[in-house]
Amino acid sequence: MEFTKLFELLIAASLINNFVFTRYLGLCIFFGVTKKMDTSIGMSVTFTSVMVISGALNWLIYKFIMTPLGLGFLEIVIFIGVVAGFVQAADTIMKKVAPGLYYKLGIYLALITTNCIILAVPLLNVSEGYNFMESLFFGLGSGIGFSLAMIIMASIREKLELADVPKSFQGLPISFVVTGLIALAFLGFSGLITL
Amino acid sequence: MSNTASYWNLFRNGIFGENPVFRLALSLCPAVAVTSGVKNGFLMGVAVLFVQTMANVTTSLLRKFINPKVRIPSYMFIIATWVTVTDLAMAAFARDVYAQMGLYIKLIVAFAIILSRSELFASKNKVVPSFFDGLGMGVGFLLALVIIGFFRELLGKGSLWGIQIIDTKPLLIMILPAGGFFAMGILMGFFNWIDIKFFGGKGASGAGGSHG
Repeated sequence: MEFTKLFELLIAASLINNFVFTRYLGLCIFFGVTKKMDTSIGMSVTFTSVMVISGALNWLIYKFIMTPLGLGFLEIVIFIGVVAGFVQAADTIMKKVAPGLYYKLGIYLALITTNCIILAVPLLNVSEGYNFMESLFFGLGSGIGFSLAMIIMASIREKLELADVPKSFQGLPISFVVTGLIALAFLGFSGLITL
Repeated sequence: MSNTASYWNLFRNGIFGENPVFRLALSLCPAVAVTSGVKNGFLMGVAVLFVQTMANVTTSLLRKFINPKVRIPSYMFIIATWVTVTDLAMAAFARDVYAQMGLYIKLIVAFAIILSRSELFASKNKVVPSFFDGLGMGVGFLLALVIIGFFRELLGKGSLWGIQIIDTKPLLIMILPAGGFFAMGILMGFFNWIDIKFFGGKGASGAGGSHG
């Protein structure tokens, strides 16, 4: 029973309420790095792991430190601090422990702190009142949804390079229109399951 | 006298020269997310205008005390503080709107435009120019949101600011998630076209990367 609920949450977060296509979050990264396939894959991996871990970390802090002290109103300040601190720590640890991985993914880590979806996960966890396991799965589902969006977009944009686009639509404008079409397709997922 | 002129230039720069949405292509998430109506777009714009101006002023005041090594985290905390103020004020005074876009108000903290103005302008300039820079950027952002909201609400619902203008709903798709992307893409293309056609520009809006 419990597992079914978690699975539904995973599907809902990744497909039905996809961060990029229905909640419009993380657009800047989405349009910024999807020009190449391998960058988008690196970004997806980094983002998914940071989303899961920082979501869980922020849940613990919210539950065991902020709620007892009545600091709920400071959630924005504290969450952004935790994310920034965590990213900095991950950066340092990865450089020492796994230099190979660091050279592949390190550059994306630096970009993460100021990204809205990383911050949106803990904020949504709190406002939806998820428990610990649910927060983990919500973070994972959101990460998968974001990765899916990035990979779809990157494969389209590689083809778009060869297309004959009107001059004033080159670059971002045409990407927006393409994203709109994908979002329309994702609309089909709504009603897949009812929570 | 020359001071007044340069303040005006700073202000105008944010609206036309470096419009955050159409020109710099920064902070696109809210530009699509909250613009299903003019009213939401306007209130979001006001929130951003306030945070941007106050964050610029605070950063500028504190620029001598912040160690360059920890400047980015310090700016983040300054911005987060002002966002909290805005968030709580909105929750108290505009409840119906807050219910729809509360999450996006909180996420102002992660807008690249605010951090980038703190870093690029306010950290190097005195308080008064920083104030005008923030004001210009904020108004530019506000205008962009209102323009997108205008088209989306008119075409999607046939209304403006919640008041019914046309009886039919010409293009329902415009208020759906997908429509936001279409409206944004088409408007951006339109502004590029004007730029190329009448001002001899290269139509570079957003051709480079964008952040945050």
